[in-house]
Amino acid sequence: MDMKVAKKLGLKERYALMTRDLAWDTTYQKMEDVFPQTTYEGIKIHDWDKWEDPFRLTMDAYWKYQSEKERKLYAILDGFNQNNGHLSVTDARYINVLKLFLGSTPPLELMAARGFSMMGRQMNGAGPRVACQMQAVDEYRHFQTQIHSISNYNKYYNGMDEFAHQQSRMWYLSDGKSFFDDAITAGPFEFMVAIGFAFEYVLTNILFVPFISGAAYNGDMAAMTVGFSAQSDEARHMTLGLECIKFMLEQDPDNLPIVQRWIDKWTWRGTRKLASVGMMMDYMLPKRIMSFKEAWEMYVEENGGALFKDLARYGITIPKCFGQTVEEKEHVSHQSWIGFYMKPEATPFHTWIPTPDEMDWLSEKYPNTFDKYYRPVLEYLDAQEKAGNRYNNKTQPMNCQVCVSTMKFNEPGDPMEMCFRESVYKGEKFHTCSDHCKEIFDNEPEKYVQTFISSHQGLQGNCEPDGTDVKAPDFKPGQNMLDYWKLDKRALGDFNGSEDQKNFAAWREQATKN
Amino acid sequence: MTMLKTLAPYEFKSSDALENYKGKQLLYVNWERHRMFSRPFVLALPPETPFSAVLEEMAACFSYHPDWQHIDWDKAIWQNGNTPFTPDRNKTLAENGIGHKDLIRFRTPGLDGIAGTGY
Repeated sequence: MDMKVAKKLGLKERYALMTRDLAWDTTYQKMEDVFPQTTYEGIKIHDWDKWEDPFRLTMDAYWKYQSEKERKLYAILDGFNQNNGHLSVTDARYINVLKLFLGSTPPLELMAARGFSMMGRQMNGAGPRVACQMQAVDEYRHFQTQIHSISNYNKYYNGMDEFAHQQSRMWYLSDGKSFFDDAITAGPFEFMVAIGFAFEYVLTNILFVPFISGAAYNGDMAAMTVGFSAQSDEARHMTLGLECIKFMLEQDPDNLPIVQRWIDKWTWRGTRKLASVGMMMDYMLPKRIMSFKEAWEMYVEENGGALFKDLARYGITIPKCFGQTVEEKEHVSHQSWIGFYMKPEATPFHTWIPTPDEMDWLSEKYPNTFDKYYRPVLEYLDAQEKAGNRYNNKTQPMNCQVCVSTMKFNEPGDPMEMCFRESVYKGEKFHTCSDHCKEIFDNEPEKYVQTFISSHQGLQGNCEPDGTDVKAPDFKPGQNMLDYWKLDKRALGDFNGSEDQKNFAAWREQATKN
Repeated sequence: MTMLKTLAPYEFKSSDALENYKGKQLLYVNWERHRMFSRPFVLALPPETPFSAVLEEMAACFSYHPDWQHIDWDKAIWQNGNTPFTPDRNKTLAENGIGHKDLIRFRTPGLDGIAGTGY
């Protein structure tokens, strides 16, 4: 008797059975009561079945691909660690890139995982729901692998062990925290524009180029492998974000102005978030890949520009802030580095003045601005340090109410003037760093009056380490911020003279000589 | 008009409302064209603080800059936000019209930072 062998399912059928076919319409409760989030933002969706999942990925295939990636990744990490890979990086200044990255990025990957888990519940179409669940797992994976790759450095270098504590407390981590807090407290469609589109599609390359290529250039196989492992997921994430934009725009013409406002808002918020990435590229990598300005031109102006040309057929125009970002690419990395350099006791990573060679590189990469505005002050500060008078600004900063960056950006068109904008809401003044942040504030002041500004909280007495006697007669709020942040004292100060610098030199000596 | 949309009533207090500072108020100070200081600094002071106390805080921070010792104080130009004003060092913040979260912008004509760069 012949066996009847069932025909193997095609990709399309498998996808239909294992995603769309798993969903059902509720009957005990009204669908709109089960999924209230997809209507209140004002986005109109008429037919969820029109959602196209370009990858047609099902959960069984997803687990298989991801577990293969994990096996390769951890094999390389183990090899790198067992061979004292940390001593093969260009020089010990590089490790400060990892410290900055560790504090600012894995906790945000975790927030993205939370956000996409919420999307996986809130979306009432099965297609986007499954895609969001997978992205949530991806983001969780990135969070873990980034920490694992850096944990080996934590055995040898200072300032890495309290990143989780510092995430919601440290002044310079507030911009990223605020970015994700803003996105995750928006509705599902705005979250998708914020993270799925503006961040993943328009801006992620700017983060990945300095991080992955920077790691590779500087001999950090561990971080490089994590980056490559994550990058294959990123392609899927970008496609999901873009698909969501197109889906909204195709579903109803009323969606266009809402989507446009979100694109304007989130492209700007992402731009502000990336100012510190600029300084990583231009100042912190001992061996540089390209300048921040060049990266901005290639990935945002050219690639982003092409993307917005493509979206023009739906009526989308280039984000309002685009012109200002083009002007600022010449300035932000320098302004950021000066801002961090002057606070040697307020970050768990070291700062330094670039060497003469490195300053020449900056002059060449920034012919319009570096010598004119930034070189003289850096040379002055260098001379001060060598004379034993290293810059240490002990004051507390003023921050933007929206992006929570310190107020360090210049007035458009005048690099010598500071940019300040102000709004009044319910009788209280609120300061913003730019026209774009002011507009975001003015559109939804109820949201941004709640911003956590570290210096303000300190002055209110809310940032005191355990055991502080706030009733003591000589108590002054905000005097114990270092302990509140749990900053490792060895990780503070200039790179020159640091324990990391000495140890790295001594260990490398041991590894290469008798 | 707000564009905020929510599923439920949405009312939260300002994190920096005056009452949170227990008798003090916030004051920001910026020395224009001296961007070596990166951004303004913030103080929390009672409104009855004399303005001279602000000048002391300014000296503590800004005297790191070589321009500080060359300031001609008679020529200094002061703004509260975008409004010109002339502070009286012996009067209080309140008497000088300085309120919660005001930004004092201090200009020193002829002094434009290291090598005239604005830094």
